[in-house]
Amino acid sequence: MDTTATGTAHGHTHAHGHEHAHEELGFWRKYVFSLDHKVIGIQYAVTGLLFLLFGFTLMMVMRFQLAYPGHPIPFIGSWFGPGNAPGGVLLPEFYNQLGAMHGTIMVFLGVVPLAVGGFGNFVMPLQIGAPDMAFPKLNMMSYWVYFCGGVTMLASFFVTGGAAQSGWTSYPPLADVAQPGQLGQTIWLIGMVFLITSSLLGSVNFIVTIVQLRAKGLSYMRLPFFVWAQLVTSFLLLLAFPPLEAAGILQLMDRVAGTSFFLPSGLVVSGKPLTVAGGGNPLLWQHLFWFLAHPEVYVLILPAMGIVAEIVANNTRKPLWGYKALVYAAIFLGFMSFIVWAHHMFMTGMGTSISAFFQTTTMIISIPSVIILTAMLLSLWGASIRFTTPMMFALAFLPMFGIGGLTGLPLGLAPSDIHLHDTYYVIGHFHYVVAPGTIFALFAGVYYWFPKATGRKMNDLLGKIHFWGSFIAINFVFMPMFIQGLGGMNRRMYDGGMQYAHNAGLLKWNLVIGVAAWALGIFQIPFIINFFTSMKWGALVDKNPWEATTLEWSAPSPPGHGNFLTEPVVYRGPYEYSVPGAATDFTPQFEPERA
Amino acid sequence: MHSDPAEIKKSIRTYGIVGGLLLVFTAITVGVNQVHLAVPLAIMVALIIATMKGSMVAAIFMHLNHEKKWIYGALILTVVLFIAVLMLPMLSMSDTIGTPTGIARTVEH
Amino acid sequence: MEIPYTVEPRPDSGLANGKLGIWLFLASEVMLFGALFSSYILLRVGAVEWPHGELNVWLGAVNTVILICSSVTMVVAWAQLKMNNFAKGRGYLILTAVLALVFLVNKYFEYAAHFSRGEGPWHSTFLAIYFTLTGLHGLHIIGGIVVMAYLAGPGAKLWNRNPDQYANRVEYTGLYWHFVDLVWIFLFPLLYLL
Repeated sequence: MDTTATGTAHGHTHAHGHEHAHEELGFWRKYVFSLDHKVIGIQYAVTGLLFLLFGFTLMMVMRFQLAYPGHPIPFIGSWFGPGNAPGGVLLPEFYNQLGAMHGTIMVFLGVVPLAVGGFGNFVMPLQIGAPDMAFPKLNMMSYWVYFCGGVTMLASFFVTGGAAQSGWTSYPPLADVAQPGQLGQTIWLIGMVFLITSSLLGSVNFIVTIVQLRAKGLSYMRLPFFVWAQLVTSFLLLLAFPPLEAAGILQLMDRVAGTSFFLPSGLVVSGKPLTVAGGGNPLLWQHLFWFLAHPEVYVLILPAMGIVAEIVANNTRKPLWGYKALVYAAIFLGFMSFIVWAHHMFMTGMGTSISAFFQTTTMIISIPSVIILTAMLLSLWGASIRFTTPMMFALAFLPMFGIGGLTGLPLGLAPSDIHLHDTYYVIGHFHYVVAPGTIFALFAGVYYWFPKATGRKMNDLLGKIHFWGSFIAINFVFMPMFIQGLGGMNRRMYDGGMQYAHNAGLLKWNLVIGVAAWALGIFQIPFIINFFTSMKWGALVDKNPWEATTLEWSAPSPPGHGNFLTEPVVYRGPYEYSVPGAATDFTPQFEPERA
Repeated sequence: MHSDPAEIKKSIRTYGIVGGLLLVFTAITVGVNQVHLAVPLAIMVALIIATMKGSMVAAIFMHLNHEKKWIYGALILTVVLFIAVLMLPMLSMSDTIGTPTGIARTVEH
Repeated sequence: MEIPYTVEPRPDSGLANGKLGIWLFLASEVMLFGALFSSYILLRVGAVEWPHGELNVWLGAVNTVILICSSVTMVVAWAQLKMNNFAKGRGYLILTAVLALVFLVNKYFEYAAHFSRGEGPWHSTFLAIYFTLTGLHGLHIIGGIVVMAYLAGPGAKLWNRNPDQYANRVEYTGLYWHFVDLVWIFLFPLLYLL
């Protein structure tokens, strides 16, 4: 629906009394090609959750191989075909495909679309009192370009030679020369171009919406921390992705046009010298890749921190501790995230001065992270905590993110990184931040905002089962990886490290991790059941079931077209809980002063 | 936002003048190139002239000389990061500049 | 339901939505071309020898002149619209697109000359970065032409419904176009002269 109909733009959303062109939209315009940020948000969220499940399934298959090397994958082993898994035993090439695609799918098709595309799209306009995003058509396009990118990535499994198998990091020379003449890696690059485009369009939309469409009275320092997190995240996406797009173009040229941007002179592949011009530099790729991929990890964590902040404030019935500190820390974190990237490259032979520079910036960036974590922990002090399902996930996020963050420190210092780089320690570190970290926060967000999106609450018992099962299992998946990494076990080995003598004592952990991973898989079933059955049979709620203070809770559940029945006005900050002298323990942002 | 037609006519004159200046600078760029300066000097001169041309395009054609704070802020941040992506990768390899592939050689056996 | 500040600027930011949007997009484009310039620097600094004089300087200079002129016609198009001269504005817009097409034709001749000698991007690192940088720049030119054609053609109906919004769209296209010109202002000396 064209939102640019009349020229009398006074910036007010009109009450639905005198709508002129709101004819009933057909099924396709209402649910598939919708311009409504809420529908698009749900599309992103559901697609993201499906990709998370798929990416996790890939890992559950890989974990069987690692726990029982040489044994056929049970039940589904024959599905992969003799080209990938003869007799149901994964070939090393296929293992590598699963590995590379697990990472790619989880990061680019799962977490970010859910955290930013899903939660950002659905919640942010509601939280700022806007009728929709600034550019609804661009928003719809962002989703469908993401969808095309996802389909492209999935399609790559079915081409000759299979999907990309040079890691999610696609380092040349391997990624340049791997699967010569075949399409997997090339399709990966094309898929990335789609995903990056989607991201760029989305980030422009988010920033313009937050700057331009805030309701009356909603100054920047009255914004919910979730909105600040999305704003910083959008700047990261906007400015950090283009170098990876450039790198992707260069690698495409190398694979398709015979260039050698990343191929040094005199490279010999499979015993034969490469007939290319040479003169390229593999490290160029690493710089451009990590220029994006480091800010990308803050894209993964910031929205999660935003979600946790909202839920903590709501379930402690107290204002968040240190709102200003949180905001400035988030902005500083965003800025610093651009100048730490080469801590992923300490082992590439860089000089000591530049190494010292990146070690320093990396140590500095831990400060705002700690400030944010501390502020949220201090928010719990003296609170009367409501242990709702979202709050359980939000509370678990805090120590899990703490472990993830602390284990990053030895990686950020070059001397210790020498021993830990490319070992399972790294895998343990980043999974702690993303899996029991971000993904738990995203679960928390689903339970928290499900009532707003559907008008029904999710079942609490299933939620608690989902929580406890996942929390225990996930720690048994990732904690042993620190042990393996400290023992020197390398990552990305299809046989779980069996061929190296120094790994002998560490192999038993592969069985523990495998069993824990499958248990974790089983405990997602209550969530999936809960998600779908609650849509139909969940307890009905009205506007503000959590007795929260932010703007989204003043709209109906679910909000209609245009979101708010009357123009929202903001009178105070976002976390006015337990205000002395107030009648209730929460004073919403949108309620006028009582006489 | 309707401006006064007389103001706009003046702006059009300005655009024409700036366009002319840009053409002059282009001629200078090509002319200087014929002089065959030493490479570092040639790079500096070329970049200075290009920056001047670019600044004129940005300030006058793109109206950046009277834009709003949010635009300035976003652009300043972008310039800082642009410099980072331009310089830091090269600085990380500065001690191997001049070797054929730009990365450190391995020891010959 | 109407999105506020689509045409009228928001008082505190002083901006209309599209103006902020296009500048943010241009910021991301600065990073895109910046990464490619960084690649150019790295590859050149790491190269034993770097070709000189392989490109047609005069054709490059002519193209530079063409783009500068197209930048002038672009901004004048917008100025005409602000003075309510739709016909003149549309005329200058079309002229800009025509100049852009001439640029592309010149580029075609340049590329064809190289390919006829078997000098594609695979030939050397220099040609690789030359074709990539000018190729991506060329894609941006094509994008600009498409948008200009739309605004001069089917999109011109918006002038009757909402002239301010139409003028804004031309302005934003202009900002994009000046950026494309700006990139070329740096590309030309970097690739053709130095």
